[in-house]
Amino acid sequence: MTVTDAELSDATDIGQPARALTAARRTTMSPAKLLKTYGPLIAISVVAYVLLVWAPGSLSAFRLGNLGKYCALALAAMGIGLAWGRGGMLVMGQGVFFGLGGYVMAMHMKLEAAGPGKVPDFMTLYGDGTMPAWWEPFRSGPFTVFAILAVPAVVSFILGYAILKRRVKGAYLAILTQALAVAFATLLIATIKQTGGFNGLNTFRTVFGHNLYNPTVKKNLYLVAAGLVIFFLVILWQLYRSRYGELLIATRDAEERIRFLGYDPANIKLVAFVVAAIMASVGGAVFVPIAGIISPTNVDAAASILLIAGVALGGRASLLGPVIGAIAVGYGRSALSEKFPTQWTYFQGALFIVVVLLLPGGVASVWPKLTSLPSRFKSVEPSTAPRVDLDHAKSEALA
Amino acid sequence: MSSSLMGQDCLEIRNLTVDFDGFKAVNGVDLTLERGRLHFLIGPNGAGKTTLVDALTGLVRSSGEALFRDRNLLTMKSHMIVRLGIGRTFQTASVFEQLSVLQNLDIAAGVHRKASGLIFARRKVPERVEQALDTIGLAALAHRPAGILAHGQKQWLEVGMLLVQDAKVMFLDETVAGMSAGEREETGELLRRIVGDRTIVVIEHDMQFMRRHADFVTVMHSGTVLAEGTVAEIQADQNVQEVYLGTVTEVAAHG
Repeated sequence: MTVTDAELSDATDIGQPARALTAARRTTMSPAKLLKTYGPLIAISVVAYVLLVWAPGSLSAFRLGNLGKYCALALAAMGIGLAWGRGGMLVMGQGVFFGLGGYVMAMHMKLEAAGPGKVPDFMTLYGDGTMPAWWEPFRSGPFTVFAILAVPAVVSFILGYAILKRRVKGAYLAILTQALAVAFATLLIATIKQTGGFNGLNTFRTVFGHNLYNPTVKKNLYLVAAGLVIFFLVILWQLYRSRYGELLIATRDAEERIRFLGYDPANIKLVAFVVAAIMASVGGAVFVPIAGIISPTNVDAAASILLIAGVALGGRASLLGPVIGAIAVGYGRSALSEKFPTQWTYFQGALFIVVVLLLPGGVASVWPKLTSLPSRFKSVEPSTAPRVDLDHAKSEALA
Repeated sequence: MSSSLMGQDCLEIRNLTVDFDGFKAVNGVDLTLERGRLHFLIGPNGAGKTTLVDALTGLVRSSGEALFRDRNLLTMKSHMIVRLGIGRTFQTASVFEQLSVLQNLDIAAGVHRKASGLIFARRKVPERVEQALDTIGLAALAHRPAGILAHGQKQWLEVGMLLVQDAKVMFLDETVAGMSAGEREETGELLRRIVGDRTIVVIEHDMQFMRRHADFVTVMHSGTVLAEGTVAEIQADQNVQEVYLGTVTEVAAHG
């Protein structure tokens, strides 16, 4: 590649390396290295400016509300970027965790709307007007916030432990998680008396005591969603530059090798899986008050795939790619379905095919490709298109 | 060796058998891997050399006993075996191509770090990693992606990864295969320098490489140990000559 002769002879010259020179190079950070390390923070600042300053000042309340929904989806998408882009796990059922957070939030708002000691309206409509005991704790705001984080963490830990310790990966993991999303949506539809069934949970009035129809509250709800996107971007930035981030990429690219460095790859992937689930859940929780509804169609297999499409479009292994992709897909969906109400899914399918075929690294890979053609190997993008079968083939080759 | 040291610092293998649905790839092998020497494991294709190492590193199931530091390796999981101080390389170099040489070594050094430290970025190059970079001669390429390294350099990086792990027993599976004569010589010298009080087990086909660098040789054939001894003893062994009839002289002529 671009190794110069001097470097090569240096390298092969065992016994007398240029110690002083390399030591000096290692301790002081070059401007390029500084930019590589802290450049993403500048990019996050730009996104923060657009989402937190420009958008609230320029967009109509309706458009801002839509953008808030895309931000909620972006939170789930960022988690997919972590699990899939960096961890190599094609998680096709993130709708489940989006739904857990969404339904927890919706239950609380439903109980708020019903009033103290009262029962949500749909329970009288479809049932005998009695409320299941497990709804009761969700009257409490603090408990609801706790549950939004704890429920997906516990569920994803148990699921992830069972799946990853058994070394399920590649296409099998994708199918399994996809099936979970189908099962979850089916379960919701089947339990109309407890979860509102196909209609989901809607007709809320307040969130944590704030009137949902108040324009200021609406704007603040948007700001919370956008703020959480920025918050989690910073978290991911730290995670990606940490030793864990390096280890996760190593696990993605050569899981069996990691085992022989003394790590259990299942544990490494489990962390990413749980963090991704929590992010999806937070996304679901902020989605509900903005959208005013959560229903099985927000959490089923199709919704999960829509999230994947956004991540693939933006660039699954990059920091900002999933956010940009999720917002673009959300916006595209609204814009196109306003003009062509029934054909949106065709556009979605075509988009997915085009990205996978022509731009496997997503939109985020265009910039590095243009700016650093000679050193493109520095990128951490997975070098091949969908990695679904690759992991499997690799582990077989090693076994 | 006194019996109190058994299974302490050396690796004691007793009656190790790997059974693939009735086919015994390794059949009742007894072997002692002592410290401080380059121990070559040779034998024709299918002799069970790699399978033996696979069994010792938890990659395939096996029966028997392999004692190291009072633990039986055959009952342990791969990553726990590594943490006990046993490392290996694979026939095909398998470094993390997308990560830099430094990152590769740093990940290998992680076996000594607490898991909680993983959430932080690397502030400075750990001393152990720095030393390994110098030892394997890749200091100048520390920040280059491992994927651009030449074949020989990748193998040295693998050895470097075992060094930062501070593996007390290293299994090197055909490390010099595909290397130039010069690279082989450098690899041999590298192994000499790092052996210290370690046990380095080299699986090899290259007879000339073996003759130049082996302290001790074990010859395997059809899943069993055929002969053991110094290079001179092995070369004089009648059984070995029969098994290798033709092949030894051929390889030697080429090597």
